[in-house]
Amino acid sequence: MSRNPVSLPGDPPVDPEQARAHGLAPDEFAAIQKLLGRIPTFTELGVFSVMWSEHCSYKSSRKHLRTLPSRSSLVVQGPGENAGAINVGDGWVAVFKIESHNHPSFVEPYQGAATGVGGILRDIFTMGARPVASMDSLKFGSFDHPRTRYLLGGVVAGIGGYGNCVGVPTVAGELMFDPSYNGNILVNAFCLGLARSGELLSARASGVGNPVLYVGSATGRDGIHGASLLASAEFDAESESKRPTVQVGDPFTEKLLIEACLEAAKTGAIVAIQDMGAAGLTSSSSEMAARGGVGIELDLDKVPLREPSLTPYEILLSESQERMLIVARRGREDELKAVFDKWDLHAVVIGEIIEEPRWRAKWRGDVVADIPVAALADQAPVYDRPIRPAAPPALCPARVENPEPAAALKALLENPNVASRRWVFRQYDSIVQGNTVTGPGISDAAVLRLKHSRRGLALKVDSNPRACALDPYLGTIATAVEAARNVACTGARPVGITNCLNYGNPERPEIMWQFAEGVRGLRDAALALNAPVVSGNVSFYNETEGRAILPTPTIAIVGVIGDVSRQVPSFFREPGDTILMLRTNPPRLAASEYAAMFGASDRTLARIDPEREAALIDALVAAAEQGLIRSAHDVSEGGLAVAIAEACFNPGRLLGAEVDLAAQGLTSTAELFGEGASTIVISVSTRDVEQVIQLFSDRSLDCRLIGTVTAAARLRLLPFIDEDVRELFVRYEQGLPGRLATND
Amino acid sequence: MKWGVVRFPGSLDDNDTLWALNEVMGQEAAILWHKDTSLKGAQCVVLPGGFSYGDYLRCGAIARFSPIMESVARFAADGGLVIGTCNGFQVLCEAHLLPGVLTRNRSLSFICERVHVRVENAATPFTCAMRQGEVLRLPIKHGEGLYVAPESELRQMEERGQVILRYVDADGRESDDANPNGSMHSIAGVANERFNVFGLMPHPEHAVEAMLGGEDGLKIFRSIVESVR
Amino acid sequence: MLVKVFVTPRKGILDPQGRAVEHSLRSLGFKGVSNVQIGKYIVFQLSARSAADAREQVQKMCERLLANPLIEDYTFEVEGE
Repeated sequence: MSRNPVSLPGDPPVDPEQARAHGLAPDEFAAIQKLLGRIPTFTELGVFSVMWSEHCSYKSSRKHLRTLPSRSSLVVQGPGENAGAINVGDGWVAVFKIESHNHPSFVEPYQGAATGVGGILRDIFTMGARPVASMDSLKFGSFDHPRTRYLLGGVVAGIGGYGNCVGVPTVAGELMFDPSYNGNILVNAFCLGLARSGELLSARASGVGNPVLYVGSATGRDGIHGASLLASAEFDAESESKRPTVQVGDPFTEKLLIEACLEAAKTGAIVAIQDMGAAGLTSSSSEMAARGGVGIELDLDKVPLREPSLTPYEILLSESQERMLIVARRGREDELKAVFDKWDLHAVVIGEIIEEPRWRAKWRGDVVADIPVAALADQAPVYDRPIRPAAPPALCPARVENPEPAAALKALLENPNVASRRWVFRQYDSIVQGNTVTGPGISDAAVLRLKHSRRGLALKVDSNPRACALDPYLGTIATAVEAARNVACTGARPVGITNCLNYGNPERPEIMWQFAEGVRGLRDAALALNAPVVSGNVSFYNETEGRAILPTPTIAIVGVIGDVSRQVPSFFREPGDTILMLRTNPPRLAASEYAAMFGASDRTLARIDPEREAALIDALVAAAEQGLIRSAHDVSEGGLAVAIAEACFNPGRLLGAEVDLAAQGLTSTAELFGEGASTIVISVSTRDVEQVIQLFSDRSLDCRLIGTVTAAARLRLLPFIDEDVRELFVRYEQGLPGRLATND
Repeated sequence: MKWGVVRFPGSLDDNDTLWALNEVMGQEAAILWHKDTSLKGAQCVVLPGGFSYGDYLRCGAIARFSPIMESVARFAADGGLVIGTCNGFQVLCEAHLLPGVLTRNRSLSFICERVHVRVENAATPFTCAMRQGEVLRLPIKHGEGLYVAPESELRQMEERGQVILRYVDADGRESDDANPNGSMHSIAGVANERFNVFGLMPHPEHAVEAMLGGEDGLKIFRSIVESVR
Repeated sequence: MLVKVFVTPRKGILDPQGRAVEHSLRSLGFKGVSNVQIGKYIVFQLSARSAADAREQVQKMCERLLANPLIEDYTFEVEGE
């Protein structure tokens, strides 16, 4: 039975003006009235404004995302729950997802990044999985932009401050500086958790009469209209004034919440659970009800409050952190409360599941909101926004320089987009929980061991905005296969993908085209790699005053290693080993770091064949499984010359390389410094060389002997480069901290 | 032997310590919940790393008042063995079971790295399986590891051999560069006057498996096992 | 009663935060700044029989928990009745 909900004294009138101020277009406001059969109350307007925001409803992207492949024999949970889940063997299920927190991080970098980490962690442990590893993909404006150092320092401190305290190691990441992000930085946070098979929790509410429990921190005014509003609108001069709406995180409480939720899961008394993220209580309650096809009734008087004066509107829209919503088995609430009590966390019954599929909120005896559940979930608008191809922007200086190869190499190694990231990752605990076999800076992907098993997992996050700017379709394929290659370089077979798609304003046809092409590319890559997309996130409106960021699909890939003790590092190991080069396409200067620094006329990406890329990855993993590969390093920023130099940076002792480029015909600038799918530098024991070359040529893959690892620490890429490796190493190590130390 | 690993709200390396002791070394280690008072027959109590109470106010300042700490203090007063790693070291100092205090790293940043420490006193229950002057490679991961004590007290501690571990470079030499956090006298770990309570900033529990980066941490745990035998 | 506690680093104790902030202020052009100390400000309500009783309680709080005498000094104010 639905009565009309009441308006509250002090509620402003609800009209199209008010709706617009809430980010709802006139036709959206009309649709709401039609669905309700009346004008919404102010409280209800607030609810619709967040649930129908781009961030929560995915109204611009849903149509395209449906085309992504999400199934394989290993998928335990595809898109539809809070994160995706893949069977990784030996009774373990890996639960993972990546999410953006771009706009809050630009406004308040420490808390924006910290709460981004907190949010993705909750998406993982709400599935019943213990978070075991994090990664972060960060994009800042050009290094010399006035705000960059402040934002970089704040974001890195925030990620470390939250991740370290909550006890989840940060094992890998990505960092890039490009003027395209001057007004819109990107902070994409990834988390992977582990659960035993059969122990995953769901966010599908069921059971009429089942109590709804609120657990975690009390509710305050944090972030009202935060993620939803910030993520659904561009920045302009007024953005600074949105500062008070940024959420503040408490990693200590999150740690308690993790332990309490995982312990509560073991009682079997949890029917459904979801974290209160963007749009807090509103989204968690409505989404759980929608999934289960049931209704839900909330008594807002029962919600623990930080300040007694919060209105229902504020309670429902608050984005206070570290809170979860649980549907419990009737009669077993006290069992759950006892667990949360042990960990000194609030656990209060605030509602119940009802049969009628309505979402209802009561306050001080009155119904203040009464909405059909479907209106907030499935009946949220789905748009088929117009698309129109656009010419790619100029990415590099108009003037083309021609530095000497040795000088170019040194400049690239020192470039903050290439140089060592030690300054960043030493601020992160990368070893807590005792699973990190290979942490940041050692291999092309992070490697974790699985306890009570010989297996391991490899993780990598990658993006290539410049390639995507030149060709949003090919660029996205390039990104996905690069992430897969990086995982394969450690000897792991890619098994699943999660993605964070960062673009500008989707109401502009050129941006929508970039997005649609990106999804198409991701689809083709995922199919070829046989790695389904099990979860993901879309971040639109990354633009300032009409200038969008470069299209930035960020792709994270998880791989499985059968025997983790056989994982392969990226650096040369033994003098005398043979250096081989694997390749599918010749490298190009288009979209390269070299081109960004010195200019290049090439603006065409290689025609990547995803099937061929998958074959290369397959062969590399097969070779690694047979113990034939001593080291494997994917060629990316800076090209072949940089990759070989980096491979000499063995952390135990610096080694050298003797490579005759002329004999191999690898003499053009593109061969030395170009990028693009794919080239991989591997080292192999001399006794295995023939077998390895045979293994690749049997599969029609290009594998060439190019040189030898030397004990003498000199990098000789003849005839162009003959440099002291130690000197190159110092430049590489100092690239980032050196630039940060100079006074503003 | 029996070990008790204390778990405070916010402890992080408690599980890793259990893993190291039970799974890697085949010991009998159990969790001691902060609200309880029983040490469950432990012959050595471990205060593990982490961010107990979020490191709020000061690291270890709140944890030291837990009910379990009364039992730990009595156990220590009776000569029982207590080892505190990282946050555990901070709790022991706040509880005055060890002299000194740990403050914010000189760099003002959290640092996670493998470092070298030199055994300055191999005649303690925590170092007896090692040689005097032996260099160990252990990970550190902390934001507040700068050890401070009044200079006069430090001099006495040095004389008595209470400085157990000192930060050094790979060749065993002390230097400013080899000191990751600016600790006075490059101190990485100290013991009390009776040598039954030991605190160190490095994490031995994260150096017990070669595949994960090294096994030097085993030497500390083995020393304790040998002393109890 | 309203209690305000100020906890500051003890004289002579290394205060790298204070130093970093001093350096930053000077870089911003405030050349006259020196001796920056970063401390804590703890404020709370306390019901006590009298101001004297309140002060006695607060002193104990400082000594037991709010300040570590090895590295910190403290002062406090009690307002109202």
